Amino acid sequence: MNVAIHPATPRFSTPASLLKLGLLFLLLLIAFFTDIAFGSVSIPLPAVWDIIVSGKAENDAWIYIIEKIRIPKAITAVMVGCGLPVSGLQMQTLFRNPLAGPSILGITAGASLGVALVMLSAGSITTLYAIKELGFSGSSLILLAASLGAAMIMFLIIAISARIRDNVIMLIVGVMIGNITLAIVSIWQYFSAPEQVKDYLLWTFGSLGGVSGNQLYLLGIVVAAGLLIAFASSKMLDTLLLGEHYASTMGLTVNRARFLIIGSTSLLAGSITAFCGPIAFIGIAVPHLARTLFNTSDHRLLIPACCLMGTSLMLLCDIIAQLPGSNAVLPINVITALVGSPVVIWIIMSRNNLKNSF
Amino acid sequence: MHNTALLKTGRLCIGYSKGKKEEKTLAGPLDLQIHAGELICLLGPNGAGKSTLIRTLAGLQPAIAGSVETGGKNITRLKPLERAKRLSMVLTEKVRTGNLNVYSIIALGRFPYTNWLGTMQPGDHKIVAWAMDITGTTGFAHRKLSELSDGESQKVMLARALAQDTPLIILDEPTAHLDLPNRISLMHLLHQLAKTTGKGILLSTHDLDLALQSADQVWLLRNDGVFTQGAPEDIVLTGAFEAAFHREGFMFDKNSGTFTIHHGNGKTIRLSGEGAALFWTKRALMREGFTITENAAENIHIVNKENLVVWVYRKISYDTIAALLNALRNRYGTTPE
Repeated sequence: MNVAIHPATPRFSTPASLLKLGLLFLLLLIAFFTDIAFGSVSIPLPAVWDIIVSGKAENDAWIYIIEKIRIPKAITAVMVGCGLPVSGLQMQTLFRNPLAGPSILGITAGASLGVALVMLSAGSITTLYAIKELGFSGSSLILLAASLGAAMIMFLIIAISARIRDNVIMLIVGVMIGNITLAIVSIWQYFSAPEQVKDYLLWTFGSLGGVSGNQLYLLGIVVAAGLLIAFASSKMLDTLLLGEHYASTMGLTVNRARFLIIGSTSLLAGSITAFCGPIAFIGIAVPHLARTLFNTSDHRLLIPACCLMGTSLMLLCDIIAQLPGSNAVLPINVITALVGSPVVIWIIMSRNNLKNSF
Repeated sequence: MHNTALLKTGRLCIGYSKGKKEEKTLAGPLDLQIHAGELICLLGPNGAGKSTLIRTLAGLQPAIAGSVETGGKNITRLKPLERAKRLSMVLTEKVRTGNLNVYSIIALGRFPYTNWLGTMQPGDHKIVAWAMDITGTTGFAHRKLSELSDGESQKVMLARALAQDTPLIILDEPTAHLDLPNRISLMHLLHQLAKTTGKGILLSTHDLDLALQSADQVWLLRNDGVFTQGAPEDIVLTGAFEAAFHREGFMFDKNSGTFTIHHGNGKTIRLSGEGAALFWTKRALMREGFTITENAAENIHIVNKENLVVWVYRKISYDTIAALLNALRNRYGTTPE
């Protein structure tokens, strides 16, 4: 039988979706430039442009501010904006749950435990002094602890996931492990001195400004690796949309897919949380925004879409956090929730039925 | 066509493991074969192990003992991708596929054949188009699964299995969520598919009437693990069917091939007539608790006059079954429940 190929065939790169990706990229560039242009020190726009293009300006302090503070911060925002939404997208697909996000498996909680371990541990003055010497959020000790905490929970989750076949049970186990971890942190906080608790609390507010120099490269490599694994898993993720039972009848090795997906999520969420604190909301919300805008569930399209939208949104949040025209800076976590939550509510209300489009 | 077995089992025992050491065997040892072009219906009461058998045959669950072979290889030794090229499935569970349109869902069936990124080649598109054409789903290629009726979405899931291009298709209760016309149309479609494509199709179902009408072979699994296989008519005539579904107050009527609710309260009546009117009058009388027998004292006669049907009972004519039943109730009292 000779059947003509159906006109509905192209499902990946339609002109419309490529146009949307292009526009989002343009938005990203604008947001990136705007984020660099504004801050507590006001620098004229032409000077900002000159510094970016040629690296020269009349004022050396401006060059320092742009190159050493604002650009690293904007690049961090880009990495957070790519990493958290993509890990959220993978969790939502793997668990077939619209509320899943990077924090859901306790990976963020694991990072928090690591940080709490360093910041709140020991009443001993020497360790505390050592931490203070290293500087607050740039402290490599804290980064190491957070990464180790996230990795520890990640390996625990992977070990458990090899034994549990059901993804819903896996989800509940993940949430419970997160709860246990945070409870340990709370006990620690309860018995700690107020200044130590304050340090920890500051970390939980989230910050894009603490990553610089080599740390930026390190974060960049880890996030890129996580994104690559995610993109390479997009065929598996598509298949998992039918549920893991169907996926396995279609030839998917579910355990291996789960290992890759949880691995990628842990790399992304763990490293970002370690460097920037537990940034809320972005990971859950952006995948829904991307699905709505592109009207697709194809992960080969959703992953780049999540990166572009997440990045623009993070940069926008950072711009707002600077409170342009003032000297004050708000914690990024406050902004992501304040800006993002209404957006999500608006989408859910206007779509009326998230469950069907999810 | 019926020469090579697409799938065969050797002394297969099915069941599941309870805890670490204990195993519960549901049925076996079974020697089964699925041939090309055959439609097989797996019947049996709830809890008999139909799903376990299906999952074991599909290699998704280990057997307690014995083997399942397809293409000369033990199915548990096949790599998942190889297995997916031999055998596709339609599961009972309803899926939520979000923003995927019907075309994309069916295209997922090409998973075992596409590259790491899932890029569809012209040949892949062709098979998807064929699967949509043969299942009659071409019309909603652009729509979402959530916008379709249960019957339509079940056809989409069947098309997805067809796109997987396997010699064997196994369906676990595909008619479970469907209304009667959709059940009939799906069973008809499966029957046609088996005949025209030469695929071997196995499905489990609770639709006994439909299964008896369309299956080439019936596998009957009883609650006590007793397994019977054969042509549907043989299964009925040997009484295996009645035995498997035996329940208090139910009766399988060999003559009509249907189940009847058996009140059996001792009322008897004689019935004469022909055609559809006879069949439906019989049903009505049995519902009222009458046993129809030649030895009864009273008689109902059905008269077909041109296009009119009249029921004659105690020399009075009734022109509807309802009127006839009323007269019977007045005489015998209403059916005690």
